[in-house]
Amino acid sequence: MNSMLSIKDLRASIEDKEILKGITLEVKEGEVHAIMGPNGSGKSTLASLVAGKELADVTGGSITYLGKNLFDLNPEERSKAGIFLGFQYPTEIPGVTMVNFLKTALNEHRKHKGLEPLSAKDFLKLLREKKDMVEIDSKLTNRSVNAGFSGGEKKKNEIFQMAMLEPKLAILDETDSGLDIDALKIVANGVNKLKRKDNATIIITHYQRLLDYIIPDYVHVLFDGRIVKSGGKELALKLEEKGYEWIRNQVNGN
Amino acid sequence: MKKEQNKILSEVTGSDYKYGFYTDIDIEIFPPGLNEDVVRAISAKNEEPEFMLEFRLKAYRHWLKMEIPDWAHLKIPEINYQDISYYAAPKNKKGTESPDGVDPELRKTFEKLGISLDEQKRLSGVAVDAVMDSVSVKTTFQETLAEHGIIFCSMSEAIKEHPDLIKKYLGSVVPYTDNYFTALNAAVFSDGSFCYIPKGVKAPMELSTYFRINAANTGQFERTLIVAEEGSYVSYLEGCTAPMRDENQLHAAVVEIIVEKDAYVKYSTVQNWYPGDKNGKGGIFNFVTKRGICRGERSKISWTQVETGSAITWKYPSCILKGNNSVGEFNSVAVTNNYQQADTGTKMIHIGKNTKSTIISKGISAGFSNNSYRGLVKVVKKAQNSRNFSQCDSLLLGDQCGAHTFPYIEVDNANSIVEHEATTSKIGEDQIFYCNQRGISTEDAIGLIVNGYAKEVLNKLPMEFAVEAQKLLQISLEGSVG
Repeated sequence: MNSMLSIKDLRASIEDKEILKGITLEVKEGEVHAIMGPNGSGKSTLASLVAGKELADVTGGSITYLGKNLFDLNPEERSKAGIFLGFQYPTEIPGVTMVNFLKTALNEHRKHKGLEPLSAKDFLKLLREKKDMVEIDSKLTNRSVNAGFSGGEKKKNEIFQMAMLEPKLAILDETDSGLDIDALKIVANGVNKLKRKDNATIIITHYQRLLDYIIPDYVHVLFDGRIVKSGGKELALKLEEKGYEWIRNQVNGN
Repeated sequence: MKKEQNKILSEVTGSDYKYGFYTDIDIEIFPPGLNEDVVRAISAKNEEPEFMLEFRLKAYRHWLKMEIPDWAHLKIPEINYQDISYYAAPKNKKGTESPDGVDPELRKTFEKLGISLDEQKRLSGVAVDAVMDSVSVKTTFQETLAEHGIIFCSMSEAIKEHPDLIKKYLGSVVPYTDNYFTALNAAVFSDGSFCYIPKGVKAPMELSTYFRINAANTGQFERTLIVAEEGSYVSYLEGCTAPMRDENQLHAAVVEIIVEKDAYVKYSTVQNWYPGDKNGKGGIFNFVTKRGICRGERSKISWTQVETGSAITWKYPSCILKGNNSVGEFNSVAVTNNYQQADTGTKMIHIGKNTKSTIISKGISAGFSNNSYRGLVKVVKKAQNSRNFSQCDSLLLGDQCGAHTFPYIEVDNANSIVEHEATTSKIGEDQIFYCNQRGISTEDAIGLIVNGYAKEVLNKLPMEFAVEAQKLLQISLEGSVG
């Protein structure tokens, strides 16, 4: 399998406080990785650095995406190159309808690939298909981006956008938080349906429960800015059973 | 991050003003200066009847006793009225170079501005009165409109051809005594547009005036007068541009609208005077008084404005709702960038019973600019059961600009309802990043957000204007957010 994302000894700080202390991670096409860890371990910082938000200053290491230095690309170029971030807290943009937003985004992606913009008819057809696929309420697309959406609607809307843009690498940052069990299943189904041999998914989560529905190939435990344990899906179960205390004790040598 | 934003802010361009060119043509221009002789000379130039000269002189003498208003939230540099030329006209405007007497050079100028003076070329059929500097250069579709009984001509022509209508209506809604700039305008205006829609006639096309300032060291003073008789309808558009210059230029206009029973006048403006450069040098000082009166029952006036230009904007299109059940609307998007200043809003004066008014104001401030909404809603005692709804929103881009709201409400009866809503928001870095992450560039993201924010008002514009206005909003704000 071809390498997609290669993170090597990545270090990053926010105002002199080191948040990431040397992360190394290899993601190949067709793989699903889960990154688990307690609050403040650096999960969201890692996700935002891959997407291009300058939340933290990179002090060392590298990120290579499809053979390119990711730091050479600005956020919109990364998006067009196939990186999708499912936001932990999706931003509300009043006044901009989902339809208009997605049409603009999709046509930017198409332009990047040298394709003509979609006709209104084809766009609406695609919109309907993807809406059905991720079971999103069809009224949501006529509303402003995330404005007044419930927590569950916002998360489903992230998966819907992912379905529309068909990314190569999707990073889902705590997409499961705040979801009831039905919404969780819908989100997980969406992700599973979008899984292909040539794309990859990184799921960032606190809890094991999303991993009941999306089966990861690898599970990594992020603790205090380092990946302290990696393993198969059984690691998530063990973590669920023993809690993060178990990791803490291991790291501290107890 | 902060540094980056400041860098981008400082890159804000003045070069995106598309209409900043100058047309090199022969002009007839008065030497700078203002006195009674100048007023007389303007009147003589237009071969006006005696009553107009008297009107002008009274206004001039009144103006001498007045002071420039200082209540607006604006820093107005001192204007030396003796340094301005009060009359500039392209020569040969009635020449014989072309069948309709329009100088080909002027025709080209207006074509460059997107205004065709050839009736055949206008697909959409918008009649236009094209005004350059102090004179109307051409009014199109006059004959077609005349078949419907509509009079559409330049103000100078109307004064000569329809003196009775002018005597009856000119200054009837905005008297010269109204304010400093209306007095000045009444004294020295040289042209403008006149439109008369007879009883029961719906104008078969949109009517418009295009104002172009071209000559240097001049002011533009023009008047528009629209009379809509019982049951009539017209949609009127107004656009304006000026060359880029380091000196400021004064534009002081007056628009009056008279609407009778069951008539409806819709007046839309896209104001795009040269705003000055990124350091605040140059630009038009735009002091405009616009007012309409709903005289008859169920009459209606709707003002829609998109204000993106001018160094200083001082403008309050207003409605006097005299007829019972009459309706007034004000829809505004005002954009200020760099060092632009705008103090704009409306007055809704409820006099008749069951009168209704709606105010929607969307201010957008960027750069180092200041943008104020100022509005008065007045309901007199006999205006029983009247209603007003006002919504004033401000959107800030960057942290060096200002947005201000000055609503005044006076209600003299107990059964009227006045509602006022206001919001202030900022385009956040989070919103921009969210768009970026979906593949949308920062410039496009701002365009999306700003147009989304202003949509409610833009939707009220006639189609052709709406597209232009959308582009204009984006260009006006180019590079204004980090």
